[in-house]
Amino acid sequence: MAREPLLPPKAHPARRIRVGDGPLARTLLIGGVLLVTLLVLVAPLVAIFTEAFRQGAAAYAAAFAAPDTRYAIGLTVFTALIVVPINIAFGIAAAWCIAKFRFPGRNLLVALVELPFSISPIIAGVAYLFVYGAQGLLGPWLAEHDIKIMFAVPAIILASLFVTAPFVARELIPLMIAQGSEEEEAAVTLGAGGWRILRLVTLPNVRFALLYGAALCNARVMGEFGAVSVVSGNIRGQTNTLPLQIELLYQDNNAVAAFAVATILTGVALVTLIAKAIIERLDAARVKTQGRPGH
Amino acid sequence: MNRVIPGFPLSLGITLFYLSLIVLLPLGALMWQAVDVGWERYLAIMSGARTLAAFRVTLSTAALATLFNAVYGLALAWVLVRYEFPGKRLLDALVDVPFALPTAVAGLALSALFVKNGWFGAPLAAIGIDVAYTPLGIAIAMAFTSIPFVVRTVQPVLEDLATDVEEAAATLGASDLRIFARIIFPAIFPAFLTGAAIGFARSLGEFGAIIFIAGNLPLKTEVVSLLTFIRIEEYDYPAAAAIAATLLALAFTMLFIVNMIQLWQQRRIGTGD
Repeated sequence: MAREPLLPPKAHPARRIRVGDGPLARTLLIGGVLLVTLLVLVAPLVAIFTEAFRQGAAAYAAAFAAPDTRYAIGLTVFTALIVVPINIAFGIAAAWCIAKFRFPGRNLLVALVELPFSISPIIAGVAYLFVYGAQGLLGPWLAEHDIKIMFAVPAIILASLFVTAPFVARELIPLMIAQGSEEEEAAVTLGAGGWRILRLVTLPNVRFALLYGAALCNARVMGEFGAVSVVSGNIRGQTNTLPLQIELLYQDNNAVAAFAVATILTGVALVTLIAKAIIERLDAARVKTQGRPGH
Repeated sequence: MNRVIPGFPLSLGITLFYLSLIVLLPLGALMWQAVDVGWERYLAIMSGARTLAAFRVTLSTAALATLFNAVYGLALAWVLVRYEFPGKRLLDALVDVPFALPTAVAGLALSALFVKNGWFGAPLAAIGIDVAYTPLGIAIAMAFTSIPFVVRTVQPVLEDLATDVEEAAATLGASDLRIFARIIFPAIFPAFLTGAAIGFARSLGEFGAIIFIAGNLPLKTEVVSLLTFIRIEEYDYPAAAAIAATLLALAFTMLFIVNMIQLWQQRRIGTGD
């Protein structure tokens, strides 16, 4: 959160220039950073769209006519529709117990919630294989009962749940801790029950953070590659999500189609970032008009 | 302590159940498989030439990527906090692109830029630098995916930095560089180190962005995550378990280091400046 700049009393009003505020340092630093940003962050985004339209709009559109690609779009959306709500529910539950209560092992729980961030998606995929695969922990039992999880859609969903578990929780926890519990306590004394408080007091207070966490979670589910490529089995038209389809098309030397599919996911990413910018602005406006909640 | 607000047993129960099922069960299964490999076989797998080379390539390219982001990330955070200029909001939003953009898409885009006839690949090839299908390409992919970490850890600390010491030093006639090196940099150093360590950890496990640009030659441009993936595809589960468990241990070590840095930072703030 940006703070209002404080203006401390100045002993030497003449010497107001801070470090790096000289015209030379300022120009060099801003110019250098903008140049590198153009090269490393903007150029890749531009390259995706340029390559996708290299052979014209017709070739771009044709990429989406392929049944495999259509299937991949459907499977990706389906996965997101299941994973995002589950991780929203988990995020709210985790934030509720961590932000509103003190209990032994609380810090450990916070670390555990954030753990998937620190683990390579490949490790996540391999770990799931060792649970649900034929040689895995539950493999024999699953085979006996004729349940197929590995190299099928359930494994894609499970791996996506792992990778994106922290997204909503991580946005909610610090905010709910900062807001404190006074409003909820007031609601309790007025006779409100837990669900009512959650719905009418807590969630409205954190709605922007919740929205942003969900948007990030969604972008990450749709774009997850490493974990899903281990557990999906890469079966065309059956277990191929969009990122896997991109790799397949690229290996087939169908670069235009690969980049065309990539533009969808790039679009999702850009919409997510725009949503973040809008949410931050709304949040800042709310803080300005109402004062910081809970303070 | 809060005894008024309801829902503690339910929310804690859901959280613990979900984490056990989604996070702890798979990680436990991985450790179980790794232990099952046995010590001697584990050492044989890990000391194999291909495994050693993969770890060497991964660690060195991750170090290179972290070095780049240490400099660029610090400069980016500085520019975003200290200066006002047109397009600043856009620049701030762009920092999060690597978080939101799928790694496979990033890898695809970087490979298009750095192949021999790409926008960057062609001029670089003219001066004799090959990026695609070399370790340098791996480092670039890692650098891209970990750009936000140093920026986003240093930015808030730099914003909250009190200006009084800095101004006192200036009135005493210290030069800008001296003030930065003696006052500002030490104050943001723990955050800077945290960001660099998280970025390094992220680079060690990176997969999607790398495989498009790396060429994936065993012993030369094969990273650890890819080798794990290949062992799985070969049904060599003991090797996959051993390598994945080692990578996991490395991730936990980095997590421990990050926590130590943060403890140190809190203690420094706690004792007052």
